[in-house]
Amino acid sequence: MIELKGISKQYGEAYAVRTLDLTMPSGQTTALIGPSGCGKSTLLRMIAGLIPPTTGEVVIDGQTLTLDTALKLRRQIGYVIQDGGLFPHLTAGQNVALMAKHVGMPQEELEARIAELCELTRFPGDGLSRYPVELSGGQRQRVSLMRALMLKPSSLLLDEPLGALDPMVRAGLQADLKEIFKQLGQTVVLVTHDMGEAGYLADKIVLLREGSVVQEGTLEDFQVRPADLFVTHFLTAQRSLVAL
Amino acid sequence: MRVSVRCASLTRWKDRASSPWISIGRRSDDRFPRAPLRRGTGTAATVITALILLSTTLAQAQSHLTVGSKKFTESYVLGEIARGLLTKQGFVVAHKQGMGATLILWGALKSGSIDVYPEYTGTIGEEILKSKSKLTPTQMRAELAKQGIGMTDELGFNNTYTLVMKADKANALGITKISDLKAHTDLPSGPTTEFLGRKDGWNPLMARYGITMTSVKGIEHKLGYAALNSGSIDIKDAYSTDADIAVNNLVSLKDDLGFFPQYKAVYLYRLSVPKKAVEALNSTAGTLDESAMTKLNAEADRTKNYVAAANLYFKQHKEMAVGAEASNNIWSELLAETGQHLLLVGVSLALAVLFGIPLGIRAGRPGAASTVILGITGLIQTVPSLALFAILVPWLGTEPRTAVLALFLYSLLPIVRNTATGLSGISPSLRESAAALGLDAKARLFKVELPLASPTILAGIKVSAVINVGTATIAAFIGAGGLGQSIQTGLALTDNALILRGGIAAAVLAILVQLLFEGVDRLLIPKGLKLRAP
Repeated sequence: MIELKGISKQYGEAYAVRTLDLTMPSGQTTALIGPSGCGKSTLLRMIAGLIPPTTGEVVIDGQTLTLDTALKLRRQIGYVIQDGGLFPHLTAGQNVALMAKHVGMPQEELEARIAELCELTRFPGDGLSRYPVELSGGQRQRVSLMRALMLKPSSLLLDEPLGALDPMVRAGLQADLKEIFKQLGQTVVLVTHDMGEAGYLADKIVLLREGSVVQEGTLEDFQVRPADLFVTHFLTAQRSLVAL
Repeated sequence: MRVSVRCASLTRWKDRASSPWISIGRRSDDRFPRAPLRRGTGTAATVITALILLSTTLAQAQSHLTVGSKKFTESYVLGEIARGLLTKQGFVVAHKQGMGATLILWGALKSGSIDVYPEYTGTIGEEILKSKSKLTPTQMRAELAKQGIGMTDELGFNNTYTLVMKADKANALGITKISDLKAHTDLPSGPTTEFLGRKDGWNPLMARYGITMTSVKGIEHKLGYAALNSGSIDIKDAYSTDADIAVNNLVSLKDDLGFFPQYKAVYLYRLSVPKKAVEALNSTAGTLDESAMTKLNAEADRTKNYVAAANLYFKQHKEMAVGAEASNNIWSELLAETGQHLLLVGVSLALAVLFGIPLGIRAGRPGAASTVILGITGLIQTVPSLALFAILVPWLGTEPRTAVLALFLYSLLPIVRNTATGLSGISPSLRESAAALGLDAKARLFKVELPLASPTILAGIKVSAVINVGTATIAAFIGAGGLGQSIQTGLALTDNALILRGGIAAAVLAILVQLLFEGVDRLLIPKGLKLRAP
C-alpha cells in the first residue's frame, strides 16, 4: 500500500502538486491521469523517492520515505519510464541484472530469475545479449519492465510506459501488462494521459488537474458521476480521440 | 594554495554524492539544500592570481640571464659558449657582445646589467683585485665572493699576453725574445690602449725588462694586426690564442723574464645566478686547451660567425664527453630524449587523469564550484606555455618536476571539461532510471554515469595527451630534457638539422600517442555506445 499524506511539491512560488492525500491500495492498480502539467509525473517521482516533497510524506508499506530510507525503499519499488531508460552501454541482460548483481544475488538465482521474467514479459531469451539500440521500442519496454521487476518489488511505478509506442505494439503490451499485473498482485501506480488505457489497466483512476485531485474512482464513476465540467471535458476529449 | 581549494571542493562533492536524491534539471528546489559555499574559494582565486603575477616578475629576474663579452674574438666565442650552455639549461639568455674592456665588463657584472662574462685569471688578479702578490684560485674566489661574484674552474687554456712581430722581420733582426728588443728600441710599437694602461701591460713590462721604446702609440687590437701587416708598426701585444698570429704569419716573443701572469680563462658570474647556471658554466672546466681555443678563434674569424665557432666547441665537447662514433650518438641521444619526453608526458598525464576526472565529476554537477573549477582550469590554459614554465621555476627550480607540474596543469582543462560535459550531458531519464533502481551515488557514478560519459572523457584525455606531447618540448627550456632538448640546442646553435630532429620526433610521437589512444578507446568505450540503431 502506498499512502501520500498531505503531500505537495513547490518549485519556487509555483505548485506542481498541491497538498493532497491519496492512497494506492495493495495489490491494486491505480492510474494517475490528467493533462500535461497536472502533476502526475511529479507525484510518481515523489513516490519513487527521486525528488523530495515540499510538505507531507510518502508511506510505502508502512515505511515513511526519508533521506535515510530512500535507497532501501527504491529497491522495493519497480520503476519504468516512457522511453524505458535502459542504459545504452549495457546489454538487455546486463540492464536487467545490474541491480541484482549490485546487491550480490547468486549467479544461478539471477539466471533463473531472468528466465522467469523473460517468460512473464514474453521477451525472447536470445535478445538478452543485444544492446538497447538493437531492440525495438516494444522490446525495450519489456526489458525495462524486467529490470524493474528483477528484485521482486512490492510496488511497481510506471510513467507512461507505452507513451512512445505505435498503436499495434501498444495494444499488445497493454494486454500483456494487464496479465502481468494480475499475476504479480503488486501495488501498481500507472501514469498515463489515456483514459482508455487507465480504464483498461487500473482498478482505480485518479484524475489530476493543476496539482490537485479532481476526482478518483473507477472508469464507471467518471462516466456516470463526473465531479465537474472539467471531468466531462476530459472524457469527451478522450472519447473523440478514440472515435477517430 | 591550489591544494586546499581542491580538498575543499572534494569534501563538498562527497557530501553531495552521499545524498540519495538525484538532481533533475537545474531548479534549486529539486535538490536538497547545499552546504554553504565556503568563503575560501573566492579568496583563494584572488590569492592565486596575485601569486601568479608576483611570480611572473620573479621568474623574469631569475630565468633571464645576460652574458657579456669583451671586444675581441675569443671573448665573443666564450660568450657564445656560455650562452649556449645556459640556454640548454632552460634560461633565456642574451649575449651583449663586445661591450668593451675589463673595467666596463666588471662594472656591468657588479651592477647586475650582465650576469656572466669570460675573464682571465691574470686579469682578475692584476686588474680587478689589484693584488700585489700572485693569488691562488681559492684566494681569488674568496676575494671575488666578497663582492658578490663567483668564478668558475679554469677552462683549460692559458691565453697570456704576448708581444708579436712579423716573422720575417723578427728573423731578419734576430729577435726571438722580449729581451732582444733592448737592441731595437726604435721599432715602432702599437700596443692596444688597454694594454698600455694595464698593470700587467706595456709600461710595467718595459720597466721590468729595462727597455724604453721610442715610438709607442695605442692602437685598436684588430687594427693593430693590419698595421703590422702594412709595416706601420712592428710590435704589438696579442693574446697567445689569437688566430691572427698564425694567419698573419707572426711570431710571439718569448717572455724570458716571466713577466706575464697566467691568463687562464674562467667565467665570472654573479653569485645570485641559479645553481644550475653555475653548474653549466663549470662544465667547461678543462675542456679547451690552447690549440682547441685557437681553432675556435680561427673559425670565428674565418666565418665571422661566433655562434658557429661555439657550435664547433659543442660538437667537439660532445665527442670528448661520449667518446663514441657520432652515428651511435644520434640514435642513443634521440632514444634518451624520447624516453625523457615520454616520462614527462606519462607522469603529467597520469596525474592529470587522476585529478582531472574527480574535478570534472564535481564540475559536472551544477553549482558555483563547477564555475570555479572550470574557471581556474580555463585560466591556466590561457597562460602561454613558456610563461607557465617560467612562473613555476622560482617555486620549484629547473627540475623535471617543474615541467611535470606545468604539463599537468595544461592537461587538466581538456580532461576536466570533457568529464564535466560528458557527465552533464547524460540524459535526465537515464540518471532517473539509475537512481530509481536503488543504486547508491557511488554505484550510479561508476556503473552508469562514467561508462556513459567515457567516450567524451577519453576524447578529453586524448586531446590532453597530444597537446602534452607538443607542449613537453618546451620543458627543455627549463632544462627538464625531452625532445625539446634537440630543438632548444638547435636553436641555440642555429643548427637546423638538430631542430628538425627534435621537431619531427615530437610530431611522430604525437601521432603514435593518438593511435595509442584510439586503441584505448576501442578497449574502454562500452560496445553498446558505439553501435548505431539499425
